[in-house]
This record gives sequence, C-alpha cells and structure tokens, in this order.
Amino acid sequence: MQENKKGNRTLTDASRLIIESMARAGADSFIGYPITPANLLYQYGSQRMPLMLAAPDEITTLQWMAGLSATGKVPITATSFPGYALMIESVNMAYMMELPMVIILVQRLGPATGTATCGAQGDLSLLRGNISGGHPLPVIATSSFEDCWTLSAKAVETAIKLRTPVVLLTSKEEVMTSKSFDMASLPEIKKTEQKYYDLDCEGAYKSYKPTDMVPDFLPVTQNKHQVRINASTHNQLGLLQHSTPEAMDNTRRLEEKIKQKAFEYIQYELYEQQDAEKLVVAFGITAAAAKDAVAQLQQDGEKVSLLIPKTLVPVQDVYAEIMDSYNKVVVAEENINNQFSEMIYGIRKPAGHSFVGSLGKMITPQQIIEEVKA
Amino acid sequence: MIKEYLNTDALPYCKGCGHDLIARNTTKALEKLNYDPLDVIMVTDIGCHGIIDKCLNTHTVHGLHGRSSALGAGISLGNENPDKKIIVFIGDGGTTIGLQHIMEASRLNINMTVVVHNNYLYGMTGGQTSGLTPPGFKTTTSYEGNPFTGYDICALSHTAGAAHTSRIMGVGDISDKLKKVLEVKGFSLVEVLEICPSYGVKLNPKRKLSEIVETAGKPLGEWVNDREQFNVHQGSKEKNLLEKVPVIKKVFNSYLKDPMALIVSGSAGEGVQLAAGLISKAAISSGLHVTQKGSYPVTVGVGFSTSEINLSPGKINFHGINVPDVVIITSADGLAHNLKKIEAMKGGKVFMDSSLEVPNTGAEVIRHDFRGLGARNASIFAVFYFALKTGVISTESIFQIIEEEGKGKKLPIAKIKDALSAL
Ligand SMILES: Cc1ncc(C[n+]2csc(CCOP(=O)(O)OP(=O)(O)O)c2C)c(N)n1
Ligand code: SF4
Ligand SMILES: [Mg+2]
Repeated sequence: MQENKKGNRTLTDASRLIIESMARAGADSFIGYPITPANLLYQYGSQRMPLMLAAPDEITTLQWMAGLSATGKVPITATSFPGYALMIESVNMAYMMELPMVIILVQRLGPATGTATCGAQGDLSLLRGNISGGHPLPVIATSSFEDCWTLSAKAVETAIKLRTPVVLLTSKEEVMTSKSFDMASLPEIKKTEQKYYDLDCEGAYKSYKPTDMVPDFLPVTQNKHQVRINASTHNQLGLLQHSTPEAMDNTRRLEEKIKQKAFEYIQYELYEQQDAEKLVVAFGITAAAAKDAVAQLQQDGEKVSLLIPKTLVPVQDVYAEIMDSYNKVVVAEENINNQFSEMIYGIRKPAGHSFVGSLGKMITPQQIIEEVKA
Repeated sequence: MIKEYLNTDALPYCKGCGHDLIARNTTKALEKLNYDPLDVIMVTDIGCHGIIDKCLNTHTVHGLHGRSSALGAGISLGNENPDKKIIVFIGDGGTTIGLQHIMEASRLNINMTVVVHNNYLYGMTGGQTSGLTPPGFKTTTSYEGNPFTGYDICALSHTAGAAHTSRIMGVGDISDKLKKVLEVKGFSLVEVLEICPSYGVKLNPKRKLSEIVETAGKPLGEWVNDREQFNVHQGSKEKNLLEKVPVIKKVFNSYLKDPMALIVSGSAGEGVQLAAGLISKAAISSGLHVTQKGSYPVTVGVGFSTSEINLSPGKINFHGINVPDVVIITSADGLAHNLKKIEAMKGGKVFMDSSLEVPNTGAEVIRHDFRGLGARNASIFAVFYFALKTGVISTESIFQIIEEEGKGKKLPIAKIKDALSAL
C-alpha cells in the first residue's frame, strides 16, 4: 500500500482505482475498443495489464476475451452502451461457456449513441434481462471512490469464483471526475486464484461437472485431459444436446450458481436511523446525492434511513425486505422509468413508494430532500 | 495416450456432404504432423460443419455463428506454448457474418489455421445464399440463381496480411494440402470448395462442382506473405498505477468554511484545464477536499474549455454544480458556454476578462485584463487573480504546486508575479 501518511491526499480519478484494483485482484489482460466515457479505463488498462490488445470492434473484444479466458487468463474490458450492445451475444456465450471476465460498463445518456459525454443510469433493465432465458448475469454497481477500489476487486473475485462474466456498472460522472483522495486509506486487495481441476485425477474430466455449483477449470492449453467448451446447450462433458435432462440440469445450474453463490458476495450499505419511517434508496452516482440529502434531512430533524444497493443482479430479496419495512420510500436514479424499483416490484410499486428521476442531469440532493419532505 | 483423432467412423453429416471429406482429411493431416490430439484446439463455428465436435478427441470449443475465428484468435493470443495447434472450422456463412474477424486475424498474422468449408450456401438453416455464393448458383432464397458474385475470401485475407492462404477443391485425398496449411507459422486460411447434396445438388441438378467453381471465377492456388507471426508485445508496464500520482502534503491553510462551487472557463488552448488543476491541487495542499472535472466539445482543439471544481472543508459526496458560487471566465467561448449558469447566480462572484460584455446576473462581477500576459496564459493568470482576491487559497500555494510539478519553465512566472504585485 502507499506509504503516504493519512491525511495527505492525491488528486486522482476513479478509473485509475478501478484498473489498479482489478489488476491486484487477478485480472491480467485488457482488450480495448475506444468509447467515451470509458477511455480513461482503456488508457490505464493498457498501461497496467500485462497483456493489452486493441480490438477492431466490441464483438471481437468479447471473443478475444473468451479465448484468453479459455487459456486461463482473466481478461477485462471497459465500454458504454453502444459497445455493450454489440457484446451481448458474446456475453451470453461466455456465460454459457463459464468463462470468467469483467466488463466495466460506464453508463452514458441513450438511446443509441445518445450523448457520449453525458452521464446516465439507464442500463439496469437491459442488464437484468440480457441473458437469454432471463438468467442472472452478476451486476455490481459502484457508488463511491472507495467502491471503485473494493468492488472492482469483488467483480474480479466473483468472475473467477463463479466462472462467469461480471458487469461492473458505473457511469460517466463516476469515472471521469477527479477527487482529492487519501490512497493510504485503501484496504489491501488479495489476488483470487482460479480453482483448477487436479491434473492427476484419473478418469475423464468433465468440463461442466460442478463441485459446489461451479465446475473446476482446465485450460485448453494443457494436454492431460480433454476440455470441451460449448456455448450451445450441453451436458456435463460439454457435448451439444437438444434438451436432455442432463443438459437442462446444466442450464438450470447456471441460474442457480449465480443466485446462490452471488449471495456470498452481495454488497449493499444500509444506514438505519432509529425510528425512521422513511427510506431513501439510490445506487451508483446518485448514491452521492442521496448521502448528502439524508445528512441534510437528519440535520433538519427528519428521521430517515438510507439504502445503497451495490449487487444489483441477481436481484436480492433483502432489498425488498428493507424497503417493505418503511412507510415511505424514495428511490432516486438517473433515468425516467425507475428501473431499480421495477426490477424489484414490477410496474406496481407499493403504496408510499415514490421516484426521483432525471434525464441528462445528475440528480441533486435538493430534489431528493423535496421528495422525502413531500 | 489416445492417438486417434476421431472417436467414430460415422460422421454426423448428410450422405455425400463435402464436410465429411474435410473433417477426415484434416485429422489425417494432423496425424501426419504427429500432433497429440490434446495439443490441438478445434474451434468450431455454428453451421453443419460445426457439429463435428462430438466426434473429435481434440479439445473442442464451440461458440457463436461467425465468431469462431475471433474466438480462436483469443485462444492463440492467450496460448504461450508454440507446440499447440489452433484450428477454426467455419462455413461460408460464418465467413460472411464474421468477415471482420478473419480480416483482423490476417492483419495481425495470428498463429492459427482457419478452414473455410465453402459449400456456397447456408446449409444448417436451409440452403440460403451467402456472401460466398457464386453468380447463377441456385439457393432456397434465389431460385433464379444468385445475381451477385461472391467474396474472394483468399484475396481478402491475403491482402490483409495472412501468412498463407489457399483455395483447394474438396475432392479426393487433400490431406497433404491441408498438412502444408497446418504447418504455417502465423495465420493460414484454406478455402475448401465443396457442395451440399441436400440443397446445393438438389437445387442445381446435373451441375458438377468443377463447373460451379469455374463460374465462381475464383482461381485455385496459394498466396503467401513472408511475415513474422504475431507476438504479443507486452511492452513496459506499470507495476502500480497509484505510485506515480503525486501525494500533496497539507502545508497551507484555507479559511473556507462552506463548500464552494467554482467554474473556470475559457477557450481551448488557453490553459483552462491546467489552471483548474492548479486550483485543485493548491486547495488540497491547503487542507480542502476537492472534486474536478473537465468538459469540452468532442473537437478538443477548438471552442470552449471548462472545468468544474468543488472545494470544501469536509468530504464531498455530490459533485454536480447547478448554480456556481464563483465563475472565472477568460474568453467569449467560456462566457457563451456558461451564460445560463451565470445568469442564474443570485450571489457569489464572477471574475471575467475586461474585454467581455457583462451578463445579467445577481453575482458581483469583477473585470480584469486576464489576457494581457498572452491568451495562452489567460486562465493561469485569472486563477492567481482569483486566489489573491478571494483568499480561498493563497497565491503561494499555487506557486508551490507549479514548482513541485516542474511546470515553472513553461509559465511566465516572473511576469505573473509582477502583474500580481502591481494589483
Ligand atoms: C447471429 C446468428 N445469426 C444467425 C444464426 C443462424 N445460423 C445458424 S447456422 C447458419 C448458417 C450456416 O451456414 P455456413 O456457415 O455456411 O455453414 P454450413 O451449415 O453451410 O456448414 C446460420 C445463419 C445464428 N446461429 N446466429
Ligand atoms: S445440409 Fe448440406 S451442409 Fe448440412 S450436412 Fe447436409 S449436406 Fe452437409
Ligand atoms: Mg455453408
């Protein structure tokens, strides 16, 4: 860790923290294709990752990453919606193949090319449903500089331990703003190792035979056991099947693996105020405004709690449990359709729930304060 | 150790399918090359040719339609053992949809072999026209015959830089031809011409493969680029991205009690971002918390350049600025870009170059000739002026940051000092 004494700060941006954190956690390759507002991540990735390659497009990006992952590397990339849209079929492929990797998704204003230099939080609904079959793809959202350090490492750890692509969800305002920051305050990050199949085991290795939900890994570059990697419906050996019970069990396992195991990695912050009947909920960039709003409200004598969800997918019961225990719930997110609430409650939000949204502008603490007081 | 490449003699294709011949000859060629099957990584595309996986004793990787050459390239890029062989089986359909991946692997000369199973149509989906279908060839989507010529994938791959490309007939024993292709170090592509009995023969009865090949107008042959295979250049890498970020010691003080939202704005090339960085770092050295973000048009070299800064004695969470407390404007571009925000101010201060027209605002407007030391230094000088007039940070703290960062030589320090002492 840095040797600087506490209190002496640097001026830095969160992109730097994200890449350094991922490198320490075990990521070793960066495949890049430029897109605002993810370019700083690309730049740092190319400086820091032992292996860096410039892909000619985002489909190639994901395919190269999958190939690297099959050889035992832990690749990462950074993009924004237009690039992510191109990646989706390949993300599904890596999900089905069970290849670890992390995609840093820096949200910007859509639809389509939208406004490249304007922040947004409009991609959660897409991420919740972007695996065909509705299976959960882990999505972890950063809401502070500290998160950009700790959760970036978590994303790599989750990818490796669950053998899955993981999306680290952030936004333009989070990764392109510099802040005074005390790097000495950053906790240490441990490298996550891949769990390899014991090469000396006798008998056939099955690429998709799980131990504790997740299969052990063997790279295609060893020659002790045959490895079969498959994005089509397959059995435990990795052989294509139409819809045999074994293959359906495998597909079911993909869902269960994420649902059960990601629970071990679930992240959220809850600041409960005693006797509070009101709750503010915000993730990502809006969590900063929510923190200020709640601090101000409490200063004004208002009793109010704050929930900052970080593991967004798989959707967690605990969020509904927390939200259900308040009479008034204000959810703030930078879109106009309240994607977080919809993910939890569908289109019928419980009585007492309201929404502060925004398009093309960061949500201010004042907007949240007004809604809580309303 | 298994030496057999195929675990069955019954390959899963329709009777007479050209894919059968390619699969058998590829494995035969590998046997001739004496590869251990588990040193071979077969990457198969989606299409009839791709259902071969289950018959192979090699490693098998079965991905998406058209993407297998990129997936194989990824494996090649991650592989550190030169004794491995990475082979991609792809169809004319996969070649069409994934052309870019073949071009890129050719351009980089990535060590792998792509075997294009060109049966002139999409077999698996029912015999539709592909980008490699020859003119006049009938498919289920062109009963009159294809009106277009097909891509010359060998020419494309060759001109993109592939070490070796070749086009051969999928007839007879082609194992020696394939062996030669598989021996290439770097990117090799072989287009094997064949026919799909179920659609190709049925829709084009009585036509012979050799005659169809002739109408396609693409010569058989081989094309070589004498090139080194791709090596992943790892270059010099930073071991720690945090190490080089300078730690700013707190050596000064600031009287600031409440957060201050500050905007510095001017024209591109006039030092706005540099000046904003100086304020931010000087503020950190004065014990303040800071956020800073720049904005400028996509054409970074012209138009406005703006930086939004928050200064606060306490930790800053929300960093957006709706109505600023202080605005520093050094040019007309900067003024135009921030006019609405300045007009919305009900108090606070606006420092602006004396050449600019005073906007309608509730802020106190302070005008000064910021451009007097040259346009390039306008923002820097304005920042010193701001420091002197507000005392939020000291001019000394800014000079110190300039010195620590070794920026003194590029800035007219003496002139700035003179101008400041003349105030
Ligand atoms: C993205 C995508 N689009 C379309 C398909 C449907 N599809 C499956 S196989 C195939 C064509 C295969 O043709 P070719 O590559 O020539 O192989 P062949 O069957 O002739 O061996 C297509 C279009 C798909 N799987 N994925
Ligand atoms: S449909 Fe055509 S390409 Fe597919 S297996 Fe049958 S003959 Fe071969
Ligand atoms: Mg075909």
